[in-house]
Amino acid sequence: MNELPQQLVNGLLLGSMYGLVAIGYTMVYGIVQLINFAHGEIFMTGAFGALTVYAYVLPDGTSMWVALPLMLVGAVLVAVLVAVGAERFAYRPLRNAPRLAPLITAIGLSLALQQAVWAWYPEAKSARTFPQINGGPFHLGSVTIQTGDVFLIIAAPISMAVLAYFVMRTRTGRGMQATAQDPDTAKLMGVDTDRIIVVAFALGAAFAAIGGVAYGLKYGQIDFRMGFILGLKAFTAAVLGGIGNIYGAMIGGVVLGVAETLATAYIADLPGMEKFGSQSWADVWAFVLLILVLLFRPQGLLGERVADRA
Amino acid sequence: MRQRSLIAITAALAAGALTLTACGSRDSGDKGSSGNGGTTVTIGVDAPLTGDLSAMGLGIKNSADLAVKNANKQNYVKGITFKIEALDDQKQPSQGQQNATKLVADSNVLGVVGPLNSSVAESMQKVFDDAKLVEVSPANTGPALTQGADWQTKKVRPYKSYFRTATTDAIQGPFAAQYVYNDAKKKKVFVIDDKKTYGAGLAGTFTEEFKKLGGTVVGTEHINPDTTDFSAVATKVKNSGADVVYYGGEYPQAGPLSKQIKAAGAKIPLVGGDGINDATYGKLAGPEATGDLATSVGAPVESLPSAKQFVADYKAAGYKDEYSAYGGYSYDSAWAIIEAVKKVVEDNGGKLPSDARAKVTAAMQNVSFDGVTGKVSFDEFGDATNKQLTVYAVKNGAFTAVKSGTFTG
Repeated sequence: MNELPQQLVNGLLLGSMYGLVAIGYTMVYGIVQLINFAHGEIFMTGAFGALTVYAYVLPDGTSMWVALPLMLVGAVLVAVLVAVGAERFAYRPLRNAPRLAPLITAIGLSLALQQAVWAWYPEAKSARTFPQINGGPFHLGSVTIQTGDVFLIIAAPISMAVLAYFVMRTRTGRGMQATAQDPDTAKLMGVDTDRIIVVAFALGAAFAAIGGVAYGLKYGQIDFRMGFILGLKAFTAAVLGGIGNIYGAMIGGVVLGVAETLATAYIADLPGMEKFGSQSWADVWAFVLLILVLLFRPQGLLGERVADRA
Repeated sequence: MRQRSLIAITAALAAGALTLTACGSRDSGDKGSSGNGGTTVTIGVDAPLTGDLSAMGLGIKNSADLAVKNANKQNYVKGITFKIEALDDQKQPSQGQQNATKLVADSNVLGVVGPLNSSVAESMQKVFDDAKLVEVSPANTGPALTQGADWQTKKVRPYKSYFRTATTDAIQGPFAAQYVYNDAKKKKVFVIDDKKTYGAGLAGTFTEEFKKLGGTVVGTEHINPDTTDFSAVATKVKNSGADVVYYGGEYPQAGPLSKQIKAAGAKIPLVGGDGINDATYGKLAGPEATGDLATSVGAPVESLPSAKQFVADYKAAGYKDEYSAYGGYSYDSAWAIIEAVKKVVEDNGGKLPSDARAKVTAAMQNVSFDGVTGKVSFDEFGDATNKQLTVYAVKNGAFTAVKSGTFTG
């Protein structure tokens, strides 16, 4: 049986998740040139927000059709609160500090959030099970799609469309574009840049929260460390797609996810490569791809070549 | 300027505090060994107390604590009060080595229970051996730890201070292969491991025996224990036509792996070693995991008459966490240290000798008692003489014993 279609779907699903998280990296970077390394943890707190709604707010045995929208609201609420709080108390005071300072703060915040969930969330010392949508898998020819993945398949494109509409068509969205291009001039034109930055953090967090719910539904479990590796991958996806470019984040994520999956599935079949094809090498191939792209297209797949700001 | 003086004051305060605490511990140490009737002996514990293996780690810590409490209650070694000092290695070899150094520096520590991971043990062995401090692991199954790197051809014991109450993967892997081939009648296996000392070792010994019995290996994979997405691997397993999967590794990956393999459409059992034999596995693997198998060292604690007391005591002590897969072995490891200390103290006229560490290490070689997991004693390599193993199968989300046996080769 030909397993290529299934492997492509596997990669696409993994990549969509990277993409959802990568949007937050890319938006924040595009506007304040900050790499928010705590973004992976915002994704994680979002997932725990959804779990909280299901396990502690809703009555036992609530149908997932009712629970899921409420869980999404909980996830987005928690993630946005954490992100806006981080912006207000950790990043804003350092807005005019050298670039390295907020970067280090971000890494510290990332550890702090992990430890906070570990220490205070009930039974979060090891993985917690996440509620699942009932129903069998769907078969499309030789491809099997899990029920938990259906959410991701629907949520990822809708999220992208909403985001595109917001950035291109709304006043705040245009304000974001203006701030990304030149914050000082935007300010002179009457754009409230502080507000724009908060909106960028909040939007990024909302998408990360949707990603967090998708993660829980896909893998059936969440834990306090889930944001670390995924956050790094999403950051890689953002760079791959051209950091600062919203569509680039999604495309970078998908390319990365598909590359990892195909590397696991096929590299071992190439002559002389038996040793380098296992899943434990997937990350290596993902980074090889990143380096190659950056060598030949330093701005990333969809990034624009911009002169450094004076 | 103000800031600089602030930093200076903080630094001075910190240094002062450190010196004070250091003095404090040394003072109590001196008093401990010179006072009569009130000597305190510390048993160190090293295990992953946080992170995804903490379920097993906390079981180790609590069980060692229970042994110490029982010894104190019975006044088992006259004039000696035991206490434990538990350190968290976060399953990291580097952290394990730091903990080992810390335990060695505390002169009250006369023995250490732990660690959980074979890879962590590798980084600790030399530190303990240099200090002649005895280490008894309840859980390490890597054969090289006691029999040297070339254990398959020439067995040489690398460290005289290292002992274990668990049996090794040199036995566990083949034991699983025999069960899978002879009892479960599976002939085509897909072997996956996490590349770590424990996982790769176990997968290796399993594969060797499985091939010897006549089975075929239809595919191999190595996974990255930091990831959760095994969909690509699961698809490969499904297309390989395997009728069983063997996984060398631990439950945080094994659970999701089993789940994703079944989701991909391969309704075949996953078999693993003691590293997946934890209640959390069923939770992670989901309802489809029924029929998945795990081997583990020894007989199930609940089934042994010798363990009834342990299980009752553990409940009565009110620990928040389960004793998990290694509770019985941890109790026995701590008790072995207590026995060795007792021997040394009795030989020295009721007092601890000045070279207590070396003497305890030497005494450990001849320790023999009826423990929670059966007879506890050590062979010339420091391995447990008890070579019993058990196969467990997942039923209603939990591992239940199916077959116990002694590996004969």
